[in-house]
Amino acid sequence: MSKTIQAVSALLLVLSLSACTTENVKPWERGILAKQSMQLVPDELENFLDEHIYFSKEASTGGQSVGGGGCGCN
Amino acid sequence: MSKFTSKPVRDSLTIACATLLHTSGNAQAELMEDIEIDTAVLYYSESDGRISLIEPVIKLKSELDEDEFFSLQIVFDALTGASPNGAQASNVSQTFTTPSGNGSYTTAPNELPLDDTFRDTRLAVTASLEKPVDRLTKNIYTANFSKEFDWLSLGAGYTYSKDFNQRNTTFTAGAGLTLDTISPIGGTPVALSTMAAPDKGSDEDRTSYDLMVGLTQVLSKKTITQLNLGISQSDGYHNDPFKLVSEIDNITGLPTSTYYFESRPDSRQRTTLYWKTAHHLTEDVINFAYRFYTDDWGVDSHTLDLKYRFTLSDTDYLQPHIRYYSQSAADFYRHSLLTSETVPEFVSADYRLGEFNTMTYGIKYGRSLGKNHDISGRIEFMQQTGDSNPADAVGEQQNQDLYPDLDAIILQFSYSFIW
Repeated sequence: MSKTIQAVSALLLVLSLSACTTENVKPWERGILAKQSMQLVPDELENFLDEHIYFSKEASTGGQSVGGGGCGCN
Repeated sequence: MSKFTSKPVRDSLTIACATLLHTSGNAQAELMEDIEIDTAVLYYSESDGRISLIEPVIKLKSELDEDEFFSLQIVFDALTGASPNGAQASNVSQTFTTPSGNGSYTTAPNELPLDDTFRDTRLAVTASLEKPVDRLTKNIYTANFSKEFDWLSLGAGYTYSKDFNQRNTTFTAGAGLTLDTISPIGGTPVALSTMAAPDKGSDEDRTSYDLMVGLTQVLSKKTITQLNLGISQSDGYHNDPFKLVSEIDNITGLPTSTYYFESRPDSRQRTTLYWKTAHHLTEDVINFAYRFYTDDWGVDSHTLDLKYRFTLSDTDYLQPHIRYYSQSAADFYRHSLLTSETVPEFVSADYRLGEFNTMTYGIKYGRSLGKNHDISGRIEFMQQTGDSNPADAVGEQQNQDLYPDLDAIILQFSYSFIW
């Protein structure tokens, strides 16, 4: 549980730092941000397939979404 | 995959729509009348005759109403090859009973014991509905179904998303539920019973709950970042019913004829902190992610993922990728048990619960073939390395590779279009 507290503390720290450096971008200034290549998951199927591979080969999983399907992957 | 990549006209329309929606509450965006179709085929293959996988996937997405989207994803897996059964290599041949109990296989001296009777196919379907509440708020509902020969998984998720700060900040919160049922052929082996005289039980199940909160922040016209905190609790059956643990003579280091079925705790709590950032340079894009993971089994891990997208032209890009992963071992991970010790309550020799690193290197090429047609292909190499010569090895164990490297190749081809 202490690691959970550490993780929450790190989250708050990064958020507070990012708040100091953000720029208020207007809707009409989002040409670049609107590009598919600038999405945080630019290729959903590739992301899905990678998640499946690493879920099957490593002990760690999750972090990007909730309620993903399980499997008995080897 | 993108229908909008490197398409200045589409980008301009996107901006125009976004501007319109911000300046007029009555603005009616034109519905996307067509269906976006993304397809991909993954080929994954491990060296030394281990697992090979072919996985085609298709995703359909349609706009039902203004900003209301429905998507359906269908995945099929076909797995063949051999999977480590958890037992240790030795300088003597070793014979194992198949998981179903109906056959046997023999591993040659100095070879890693692999269960080569392994075959599986899986069908997975995910449906998702994204429904706006108002201009700044939306709800996303998902449902998952996944079925393989001996495994059934049902899942549901809900995510709430709200924009703030002139849409420069997005708050998300989500909850998920997954129900798994495991039905191994020949019954589920009872933990710590032996391969020679296994106790077999009936189907087992596991329930998992996920919670997540996240913030996405536009940092500049060229930079966006996201931070997610996730907590997951799972209760029920967590063993891998096919994994064994070797019993080793504590003097000679040779296997006795006893192999135990592994035993894991019946609950697991996981916490993840996930940070992603995308930054646009003059032409190119950097996409970076870091994940910290910890669970109450003693596994901590760090994952770094970096993609650099070189824009070659208006229609082409090349994207190198590097991923580094490092995990500590679960508290109950053991490469083997010794005759001189009492069998512990929890023990697993599954290499995925050991201490190891994964490195992945890859490159992807993508090209737009014209209006709404995109293709891409990637090739990646993955290598997992652990401690081959642990300090607690005894006798003959010191001559064996107790954590053989895993090498794999990943190939993917994708094609996206609008129908």
